[in-house]
Amino acid sequence: MNAFTESLFTAAALIVGADAALWQVVVLSLQVSGLASVFGVALGMAAGALLAVTRFPGQRGLVLALNTLLALPPVVVGLTVYLLLSRSGPLGEWGLLFTPTAMVIAQTILVLPLAAALTRQLVVDAMHGNGEQLRSMGAGALLCAALLLVHERAALLTIALTAFGRAISEVGAVMIVGGNIAGVTRVMTTTIALETSKGDLPLALALGLVLLSVVALINLAIATVRALQARQDEGRPR
Amino acid sequence: MISNPTRRRLGHWLAVAVLALGLGTTAQAQPRTLVMASTTSTEQSGLFAHLLPAFRQATGIEVRVVALGTGQALDVARRGDADLVFVHDQAAEERFVAEGFGLQRRAVMFNDFVLVGPRTDPAGTRGSDIAAALRRVAQTGAPFVSRGDRSGTHAAELRHWQAAGIDLAARRPAGYRECGCGMGPALNIASSANAYVLTDRGTWLNFRNRGELAILVEGDRRLFNPYGVIVVNPARHPHVRHELAQTFADWVVSPAGQAVIAAYRINGEPVFFPNAGS
Amino acid sequence: MTAAPLIELERASVRLGARTALADLSLAVHAGERIALVGPNGSGKTTLLRLLHGQLPHQLTAGVRRVARGADGREPRQAMLFQRPFLLRLSVRRNVELALWLAGVRGGERRERARAALQRVGLLAEAERPARVLSGGQQQRVALARAWAVRPQLLFLDEPTASLDPHAKREIEALLAEFAAEGMTLVLSSHNLGQVKRLAARVVCLDSGVLVADRPTAGFFNDPLPHAAAQFLKGELP
Repeated sequence: MNAFTESLFTAAALIVGADAALWQVVVLSLQVSGLASVFGVALGMAAGALLAVTRFPGQRGLVLALNTLLALPPVVVGLTVYLLLSRSGPLGEWGLLFTPTAMVIAQTILVLPLAAALTRQLVVDAMHGNGEQLRSMGAGALLCAALLLVHERAALLTIALTAFGRAISEVGAVMIVGGNIAGVTRVMTTTIALETSKGDLPLALALGLVLLSVVALINLAIATVRALQARQDEGRPR
Repeated sequence: MISNPTRRRLGHWLAVAVLALGLGTTAQAQPRTLVMASTTSTEQSGLFAHLLPAFRQATGIEVRVVALGTGQALDVARRGDADLVFVHDQAAEERFVAEGFGLQRRAVMFNDFVLVGPRTDPAGTRGSDIAAALRRVAQTGAPFVSRGDRSGTHAAELRHWQAAGIDLAARRPAGYRECGCGMGPALNIASSANAYVLTDRGTWLNFRNRGELAILVEGDRRLFNPYGVIVVNPARHPHVRHELAQTFADWVVSPAGQAVIAAYRINGEPVFFPNAGS
Repeated sequence: MTAAPLIELERASVRLGARTALADLSLAVHAGERIALVGPNGSGKTTLLRLLHGQLPHQLTAGVRRVARGADGREPRQAMLFQRPFLLRLSVRRNVELALWLAGVRGGERRERARAALQRVGLLAEAERPARVLSGGQQQRVALARAWAVRPQLLFLDEPTASLDPHAKREIEALLAEFAAEGMTLVLSSHNLGQVKRLAARVVCLDSGVLVADRPTAGFFNDPLPHAAAQFLKGELP
C-alpha cells in the first residue's frame, strides 16, 4: 500500500507545484493526442459513415479488416510509421522522424480505425429507422450519412472521447517514432515508462494520476458544455 | 444546427491546433540541432542533463538524444536516422565503423559495472573477481537476471560468463532469467526476486527500488565499461549533419568536455571517468 | 377515370431475399383517389406502398412500374409517412425545413413554407422545441407537416395512426381528410376498418402478396367478396 499512498501525495505535489518540465510534457501530450484525435476522428467518421451507406464489391472484406484493425497494437503502428519515416525508408526525405509531427501521424493511424468502425455501426443502426424516411424525402446515400451524423452527434462525442483516450494513453507508438527526447518528444506516457524503468515507481504512478486528472478535467469541461446546451434546447426559443 | 458562436470557437481551436503543429515542425527545422543515438543506461544516469547544456552553451548546438539499447542505437544510426552514436560496446562499435557506417571511434570515458545481489549473498560472490562470482552463481543455481536485449550491458555480461568458463548456450545456470528489457526494469525484477544482476554504477546510484539488493562485486578491471563516440559517415548518408556531429565529437574528447564529464556526480560520487586519448 | 394514372403497376412481382413479397400485382393510382390497403400482417401492404413510392427499384423481378410525367417532364411529387414518425434530433422547425431543403426549395421560401406547414397542423407554437420531446401524436403531426410542406401530389402512409391514442388518431384523420379534399392523392395502409371507412374511397385487399380484392369502399364492406378477402374481413370485424 505504501507505493500507492506515496504516489497519491507525489501526484498532489506535482499538480500543486506546477513543475515547468511536467507542464511542458502535459501540454505536448495534449497537443499530440489532441491533434491526432481531430484528424483521426474527422477522417474516421467520414470513412465509417460512407461505409455504412454505400454498397460496393469487397465491402464486407473491408468491414472485416476495419474491425480487425481495432486490435492494432500501438507498438506495431509505431514500428510501421518508423520504417516509413526513417531516412532509409520511402518517406525519409520528409525528415519527420523523432519529431512531434511523426507522433501525430502515428496516433492518427491508431485512432482512425476506431472512429471508423464505431461510426459505421452507429450509422448502420441509425439507418434502420431513419434511412427509409430520409430516402423517401430525396436524400442520397452521402446526404443520409451526413444527416445521420448530425442526428447522432451525442454518440459521436463519445466516439471522439474514446479515440482521444486511446491516443493519450498509448506509449508504444510515440516511444518509437518520437524517441522520447527530453524536451522535444517526451510525453506523459513515455515519461511514465521512463520513470518506471528507472525504478521510481511512486513517481511513475503519480504521473499516471496526473494524466488521468488532466483527462478528467477535459471530460468535465465537455460535460458542462453539453449540460448547458441541453438546458438551452429544452426551454427557451432561439 | 451548430450555433454561430460554437462554430467560431471550433474554428479558433482548430487554428490554434494547426499553429501549434506548425510551431513543432519549424522547431525541428532549426539548423543547429543534432540527433544522437545513445543508450538508456547513459541517459538514465543523468549524464546528458549535465553534459549537453554545457555543450550548448559552448557551441549553440542543441543535441537531441534518442535513448535505446546499444544494438538498437547502432541500427538507428545505420539507417541514417541519427547523426552520431555514443554507446559502450567497443566490439559492436568497431564493427559499425568497419561496415562503413561510421567515420572513426574515439574513446570518451568509462564507467564501471557492478554485480548487485541480495545483501545476504547466498551464492557467496562478495569480492572483486567477477569471473569467480559468476561461477559461484552458476554453481549454486542462484537467481540471476540478464537484460538479454543486445545492449552494451548485455554484451559485457556475456563476456564475463565466457571469462568464467561457462557456456550459456550449452547449459544455462538454473536461476538464469532473460527479460529482454532495459536496466531499470531488470533491476526491478532483481529487486522483487532477490536475484543477482549486473548493472552499470550510474543506473544503480539513481535506482530507488532497491529492496534487499546491495553491491557485492566491484573494482575488477574487467568490469570497466568504455564509451566511444562515432560520427555517422556522410558518404553513407549524405543528409546527416556531419559538421555539427564532428563538433560534438571533438568537444567531448577535448579538455573542456572531459572536465564536464569528470565533474558529474551522483550523491557526491563520480560516475564516469574521462579517458579520451587513451 | 379517363386521365392517365399517376402511378401504375402491371403484373409486378417483388422478391425480398428469399421471399416473394408481391406476386403478379396490377394496380393503378389516379389523381385524387383515396385508397386504403388492407390485409393480414405480412400480406405485402408495406412492400406495395414502397413499390408504389419508388423505393424498391432493384427488387422488381417481373412486371413494370409506370409513373406519369407532368407538363414539365417531371414525376409527380410524393411523400411518405410511417407508423413511427422518424424525426431527427433537431427542432420541429428544422425537421420541416430539412424536407424543403431536400426538395430543392431555397432559403427564405423554406422558412415561410415551414411556418405555414406547422401552422396548418396546429404546431407553430412548438416550432423551436426539440422534435423528439413531443408526444407521439404531435410527432406524427410534425411528420404530416413535413410531408405537406413539399406540396406532394401523392401521399403514402403506412399505418400512420397505429401507435396513437384515440384523440391523436382523430387529429391525424381530420388533417388527412382535409388534404384529400384539397386534391392530394392518398394511399394508406391500415388495420383500422373504421378509419378505412372514414378516409378511403377505394379498398385494396392483399393476402400473401396477392391482390384479392379491389373495390370501392361501399362495395368492399357490403357486397360479397372472394374467399380470402371475406376471411380477412370476418377476422377483423367484432
